[in-house]
Amino acid sequence: MSAVTPPAVPPVEERDRRDGKVGTVVREIMSGSVVLSIAAILLSFVIGGILIAASDEDVQETAGYFFARPGDMLGAILDAVGGAYGALLRGAVFNPRGDNLGEMLGPISETLVYATPLVAAGLGVAVAFRAGLFNIGGTGQIVAGAAAAGWVGFAVDLPPVLHVIVALVAGILGAAVWAGIVGILKARTGAHEVILTIMLNYIALRLFDYLLTTPVLQQPGTVNPISPPVSGDAMFPSIVGRLHWGFVAMLLAVFAIWWLFAKSNLGFKIRAVGLSPSAARTAGINVGIIYVVTFAIAGGLMGIAGSAQILGTERTLTGGIAGSIGFDAITVALLGRSKPFGVLAAGILFGALRAGSRTMQASEGVPVDIVLVVQSFIVLFLAAPPLVRAIFRLPAPGSRATAILSRSKGAKA
Amino acid sequence: MIRAYRTPIVLGVIALIVIVLFGVIGSEGDSTFRISTSGDFFTVPDFVLPSRGTALVLGIVLLAIAAASALLVRRGGRVRAWVLAVFGVLAVFATLSWAIAGGTLPMTQLLQGSLALAVPLVFGALGGVLSERVGVVNIAIEGQLLAGAFSSAVVASLTGNLYAGLLAAAVAGALVSLVLAVFAITYIVDQVIVGVVLNVLVVGLTSFLHSAVLDSASNSPGRLPQIEIPLLAQIPLLGPLLFEQTLIIYLMFIAVAIVTFALFRTRWGLRLRAVGEHPQAADTVGINVARTRFMGVTLGGALAGLGGAFFTLGSVGAFSQEMTAGQGYIALAALIFGRWNPILATLAALLFGFARNLASVLGIVGSPVPSQFLLMLPYVVTLIAVAGLAGKVRGPAAAGTPYIKG
Amino acid sequence: MQLELRGITKRFGGFTANDAIDVVVEPGQIHALLGENGAGKSTLMNVLYGLYRAEEGAILLDGVEQHFSGPGDAMRAGIGMVHQHFMLVPVFTVAENVMLGHEPTKGAGVLDLETARARVREISARFGFDLDPDARIEDLPVGVQQRVEIVKALSRDAKVLVFDEPTAVLTPQETDELIGIMRQLKEQGTSIVFISHKLREVRAVADVITVIRRGKVVGSAEPTASSQELASLMVGRAVELTVQKQTAKPGDVALSIRGLSARNEQGTVTLDGVDLDIHRGEILAIAGVQGNGQTELANAIIGLLGGLEGSISLEGRELIGRSVKQVLDAGVGFVPEDRSHDGIVKEFTIAENLILDRSDREPFASGLSLKLGTVREFAEQKSREYDVRSQGIETKVGRLSGGNQQKVVLARELSRPLKLFIASQPTRGLDVGSIQFVHEQIVATRDAGVPVLIVSTELDEVVALADRIAVMYQGRIVDVVAPDTSRERLGSLMAGVVA
Repeated sequence: MSAVTPPAVPPVEERDRRDGKVGTVVREIMSGSVVLSIAAILLSFVIGGILIAASDEDVQETAGYFFARPGDMLGAILDAVGGAYGALLRGAVFNPRGDNLGEMLGPISETLVYATPLVAAGLGVAVAFRAGLFNIGGTGQIVAGAAAAGWVGFAVDLPPVLHVIVALVAGILGAAVWAGIVGILKARTGAHEVILTIMLNYIALRLFDYLLTTPVLQQPGTVNPISPPVSGDAMFPSIVGRLHWGFVAMLLAVFAIWWLFAKSNLGFKIRAVGLSPSAARTAGINVGIIYVVTFAIAGGLMGIAGSAQILGTERTLTGGIAGSIGFDAITVALLGRSKPFGVLAAGILFGALRAGSRTMQASEGVPVDIVLVVQSFIVLFLAAPPLVRAIFRLPAPGSRATAILSRSKGAKA
Repeated sequence: MIRAYRTPIVLGVIALIVIVLFGVIGSEGDSTFRISTSGDFFTVPDFVLPSRGTALVLGIVLLAIAAASALLVRRGGRVRAWVLAVFGVLAVFATLSWAIAGGTLPMTQLLQGSLALAVPLVFGALGGVLSERVGVVNIAIEGQLLAGAFSSAVVASLTGNLYAGLLAAAVAGALVSLVLAVFAITYIVDQVIVGVVLNVLVVGLTSFLHSAVLDSASNSPGRLPQIEIPLLAQIPLLGPLLFEQTLIIYLMFIAVAIVTFALFRTRWGLRLRAVGEHPQAADTVGINVARTRFMGVTLGGALAGLGGAFFTLGSVGAFSQEMTAGQGYIALAALIFGRWNPILATLAALLFGFARNLASVLGIVGSPVPSQFLLMLPYVVTLIAVAGLAGKVRGPAAAGTPYIKG
Repeated sequence: MQLELRGITKRFGGFTANDAIDVVVEPGQIHALLGENGAGKSTLMNVLYGLYRAEEGAILLDGVEQHFSGPGDAMRAGIGMVHQHFMLVPVFTVAENVMLGHEPTKGAGVLDLETARARVREISARFGFDLDPDARIEDLPVGVQQRVEIVKALSRDAKVLVFDEPTAVLTPQETDELIGIMRQLKEQGTSIVFISHKLREVRAVADVITVIRRGKVVGSAEPTASSQELASLMVGRAVELTVQKQTAKPGDVALSIRGLSARNEQGTVTLDGVDLDIHRGEILAIAGVQGNGQTELANAIIGLLGGLEGSISLEGRELIGRSVKQVLDAGVGFVPEDRSHDGIVKEFTIAENLILDRSDREPFASGLSLKLGTVREFAEQKSREYDVRSQGIETKVGRLSGGNQQKVVLARELSRPLKLFIASQPTRGLDVGSIQFVHEQIVATRDAGVPVLIVSTELDEVVALADRIAVMYQGRIVDVVAPDTSRERLGSLMAGVVA
């Protein structure tokens, strides 16, 4: 008997398939090639380009006499799409129209500013994925983190350096506690975390709206739901331009999460629970505690994102502090395959899209929402490799892997 | 064994809250409920109750129900859904009488507004019921609503025909769910991921097209006319509520009835539920699992899309960016709170619509409850439902699981 | 109806599950397909039932070639199947399950439940089944569920009926009843294919036996052939059917269970006042039909089950109320019954699976960090010791054969200092070679003075391994008997009959 003999697959029970699903998700998110990612990104930009071209007035006009002078329409399409994507690059990477090198490279720092909360929040989704959990609760957790960090920032008096650190820690803890609720509820009642996190998002938002109308968070002397500005020494100091030290905090988080899963036994247990909660439980791992801890870590990362918002760019708390970061984080985590450095790269890419889309809207009149479209297509394509392979006529992945997969399926004799 | 007593304990806590918060330390004054509107057959006098007294009496009744269910559980019984429903109605009434102490609550407007706010929720929840009953988790209700809202506005504007708009809404919802179906069933992508991403995609697409393409000519569909059913419309309270509405609300009532009947009384429904519960069993008796799932999901999307039309054709008469504002997630909550049952889900949607409308009505009447808390209610109720009260309730067994042959 | 499978070949990737298989089932014949786990029997039946499409070969019914593109086609052609894992929707009623796929309607697609109920009553009456058409499947005992499966197949007028390992969930008495039903069906002209790996049953019921090994037909036999002959044909070499072991030298009582009771989520009693003692150096095996509390008993000891009453004491220390980790630390080794679900993390490597239970302690951890070098050394050593055949310790366990997976579990669980060893269904789904290895390890553990608790639904295994046998029925220990007790008596005990 060797590794080549057909594995005898024991009874596939109902629960087996259910838990197997968790493993499948983790596996699917983790696998996939770089080529495929690039293909998915390209394809999504093409679709974005089609939308831009189709909605462009010149293109529509020239389309009217396409058969008379097709060149006009093609030219208009090139103009529209080239102009838009050119502006995107100018806003995100390099601005040749700048007066000096600093201004020319300014867009990169802008990209990193947008990337900072995206990467941190993306990690918050990714860590949960590794435990087989969906964290759709980014919005609520970011709000909780931002509120806690902001409150320390404007209501507490502390010496300069200490102030920003305490504010950041408060942000991390605030979000970790809010996310921890999900872990506790899931561990104790078995309720599905997708529903819990969605509901807690809206509860957090409403609670936050309410607090913004009470003296706890509201700026004195105003009727608007807005907080006082965070004191100067609680803000992340600038590195260059708008880029602030929150970026460094985010990088540290990336390394910490890498260490967690590559080198630590907590990460080992989280992965075990993610791939097979029942086997982990049988081997003495307390699955409930792992759920709580994982959600707390995920929340803490969301807290870094929330802190980056309030202590890095926004300075005052408003109802829209979380923006769409919580949901964008899901796409970041998926594109980054839930691996720390993958998430970093994905977050920077989406940050670049964000930064560039401002320029694109200002100079070409293309609505920023195109970014959402491109972003969601990237994830959809990534999630369905066969589709992308079919479009690009890429070869199917190594026959060895497929053989093993279908073999274990077939040997149910 | 504490587990079994979870329901009575939760009920008891709520009853105590009512007694203490609304009764003992509640505010003085009378609460007036106005039932009639001008134009009714006959006038029903206003209903005036002392706020604190009402809360105390109701609180004690609630406590009695809690105690009775504790007794029931002790004898090995289970607390029935209708008991919970009665309890809920009484608790809501106690909350109301506390919230409007010293003021007048126009019941007709309150209920009419609630129904209006509930329409997209009911459609969304019904769509979700079909999708999840056939085994595909539908987080994309939000996207289906938004797509329906967008395309109904555009098509109705361009064709000048509101009913073409309604049709377009259903088609758009169906298209969104078709994408969900293709990715979830054909490409076996995780259903939650596809749902979440689809929501983002629809927001992006509609917002982009709204800014880049739509103008006053392509986004001014107008509103559906009210259809008054003679005589019935004159009944106090119920008349304006049920018989003086737009087509889409009548469609909603019909949809609830049809979905319920089809799901539980027809061959179609039996097969659909079998696929959602045990796809392999369905496959081995010759039912085409993939086709059944495609059909259920797409039909569900069409229903949700129709609900989206209410935002534009049924209410404000034009499309605006992200106008569904998370209602799709409330519909999802209603579906779960309603235990995947079309009628219960509809009731849950109505309750959530009521809570939302109450928030704005109370804002006008002036009440001690911050509106944010009422807006929070659907989410809190659902949270409690999934985590505690209805802990043993199961969704369709195979929902969320792709079916791979062999 | 005559069924002929001609040259059926089914491949999965590079692996050939069925290799040019020929089988002919004559009308009114009970034809047994005998083979080890993984020999390709179920694959063959899935081809016949239209669930898989074969690469080569033909299916003929009464000489006419069939082309099935799905189970629907197979059913219409007159083939019915009683699946090993019942294909019944748990929340549906008996009538709903029986009619699913060919529902009687009152027109316009509205279900005609009355007709469906009548059909269930009519068919059950024919076989003396007492089925309530309105009972929900999940409320019925397993044996009754199997009858629903039979009624379901018959309600479609099946002429060829396939039973896939039907006795795994039955008591010996129920098995006898099933054999009676099969004979009755045969007399009515139904052709029967009986898939099994149990020699005794095959010899008892079959008219013809076809033996399959590694996807090929290796021979056929008459039911008069001896067990020894059939076994060596099935495995491909002479097989030792008994376990080599010395007489036990039991010591003091190590594990003492008193009045252990438990309920499941639905409130049903799963353990009902269990009293049990296990001595050092003995193998106590629990016999019983699946679902009579054995799983719960093992889970209760290991700490996976909450809400327990009574006491479980291991060398004087109470185990109830302790977490799984604490129980493992107290010196309990545990091989769970559902290996691929509870025993291993398929996506983890061999090395990772070997430290699943102690990733956070010496010598594998220091503080929060994992000592990867030590983990590797340990894994190399255990792989050698337990002869885990793989391409190295970084191989994903999911890619190993069932036998090698079980070796990984054994290596992990036996490498702690043990005061008690529990193995549930230790050889389920394994080939004969691995079964021998596992049995040797279990006996060696006993001989080292460790008390061993075996849970198995395979009566043969129980009899072969046990020094004492405890029979469980409906959550109770019915009796504790010696391993040389007659099968008839064991069978009665498994059905709850205390004579």
